[in-house]
Amino acid sequence: MKTLRLLALGWGLHFKMLSRSAFDGVLGVMWPLFFATIAFFMFRAGGGGATLLYAALGASVMGIWSATAVAASSALQRERWQGTLELLVAAPSHFSLVLLPITLAMATIGVYSMAATLLWGRFLFGIEIHLEHPLLFVLAVPVTVGSIGMLGFLLSVTVVRYRTAWALGNAFEYPVWLVCGFLVPLSLLPGWVRPISWALAPTWGIRAIREAALGGAPVADLAICAGLGACYAAAGILLVETVLRSARAHASLSLS
Amino acid sequence: MSSLRSFLRLFFVGGLISYRALFNWLRPSIYIPTMLGAPIFQILFFTYLGRFRDLESDSWFVVGNAVQSCSMAAVYAGTMTIANERWMGTLSPLLASPANRAALFLGRSVPLIANGLFVSAVGLGVSSLLLDFHPAASSLPALGLVVAVSAGSCTGFGLLLGSIGLRARDVLFGANLAYFLMLLFCGVNVPLDALPAWMEAIGRALPLTHGIEAAREVAAGAALGEVAGLVWTEVGIAVAYGASAYFLFSYFERESRRRASLETM
Repeated sequence: MKTLRLLALGWGLHFKMLSRSAFDGVLGVMWPLFFATIAFFMFRAGGGGATLLYAALGASVMGIWSATAVAASSALQRERWQGTLELLVAAPSHFSLVLLPITLAMATIGVYSMAATLLWGRFLFGIEIHLEHPLLFVLAVPVTVGSIGMLGFLLSVTVVRYRTAWALGNAFEYPVWLVCGFLVPLSLLPGWVRPISWALAPTWGIRAIREAALGGAPVADLAICAGLGACYAAAGILLVETVLRSARAHASLSLS
Repeated sequence: MSSLRSFLRLFFVGGLISYRALFNWLRPSIYIPTMLGAPIFQILFFTYLGRFRDLESDSWFVVGNAVQSCSMAAVYAGTMTIANERWMGTLSPLLASPANRAALFLGRSVPLIANGLFVSAVGLGVSSLLLDFHPAASSLPALGLVVAVSAGSCTGFGLLLGSIGLRARDVLFGANLAYFLMLLFCGVNVPLDALPAWMEAIGRALPLTHGIEAAREVAAGAALGEVAGLVWTEVGIAVAYGASAYFLFSYFERESRRRASLETM
């Protein structure tokens, strides 16, 4: 119960802070809209059979990843700059329970951009949002958001010793958009890319969302997406221990 | 003679020092992922998307995105090299100095143009290895010139945003917004004739649009003379934005002295 309370409070607090930041909040929502608009124009002008709804769904999940990648990679750096990292590490709660709500809040900000992208497509481009399996769609969105949040958590822990981690977050944006098949089908990419795609939860998340919306069987994709999210969380928790032990031993928590 | 030497020293040495001091992303650990990595993946992403939609050739997307990537260096760095003076508390001593403002201002644009040229060249080079993009060797000098002119016009635009940073609080937010608007309006990934007329009209008034058009034609085999009109239009846009930036900078300098608002954050 205590754990759930901590996660919920942490999520709420960070969600509020991020929502009020012009950079993470406003730009986080606007940024995907620019890319969604480009995608809509490209889909409209080009040939091929995919619908604008296909593009709208892909662009909306791109927004969730964008909101998460940049912010997650700089999450610990931000705490370090604010002087709160040592206090958080010294708190009796497990550090991963402090960090998880931060990245989940970032992914939740992405839901804003997802909704904004779908509404943008509906009202500016006349994209009809017709869902084949509405209930599965409603289930697929939080599972995808949660898994992307877990990937953000793992990313934030992995780059904790890297001084300029925020730059890595920027650099990860396009690669994940590409290899997860948000707008470009994986079959167009070189064969060696596919194993990388399969290891990334957003690949399965967008597949589940698309199959729920356009027709198909999203349950297996959803299960894989959730499973990968759980693996990221477990890996992150194990890594947190190692990183913190090392930072304490070398007295480098606030120096890296 | 001595005033000319002082002008040139301020132009070259001052420009370089201010670039090294104020461009936050110069450290390799930031520069490589942000300035080189992201544009390369941007090129790959849009080229593959273009293939999927069967919209234009690989070359069309590669040139568009590689030339556009010079705007990242120019717009953000242009903004930082002025606005950061204020953030770092060096604006008052700078404006109290008798330094020639034109030399001070123009000198800051040279490293940014060189930076933009380098970023675009890396993007084009990597694309020639990974994608179906193989321009004739004879077209490279003309391509370089067009990219340099485009980088110049983007730098003028960035300096204009930076000048606004003498007054505005969060100018990097504005720089981000301007950068994404350019990606949408300048015909980087969507042919201009596929955009609504009003977007095309705005795009024609922005830096990059004519430069990208010229670069695409040069990469397709056109001689420099055949795209002279586009290149001169891009030069005109560069001069217009650069001059606007200079006058705005001078205006805000005068106003901030009068209203004692130089260090107001």
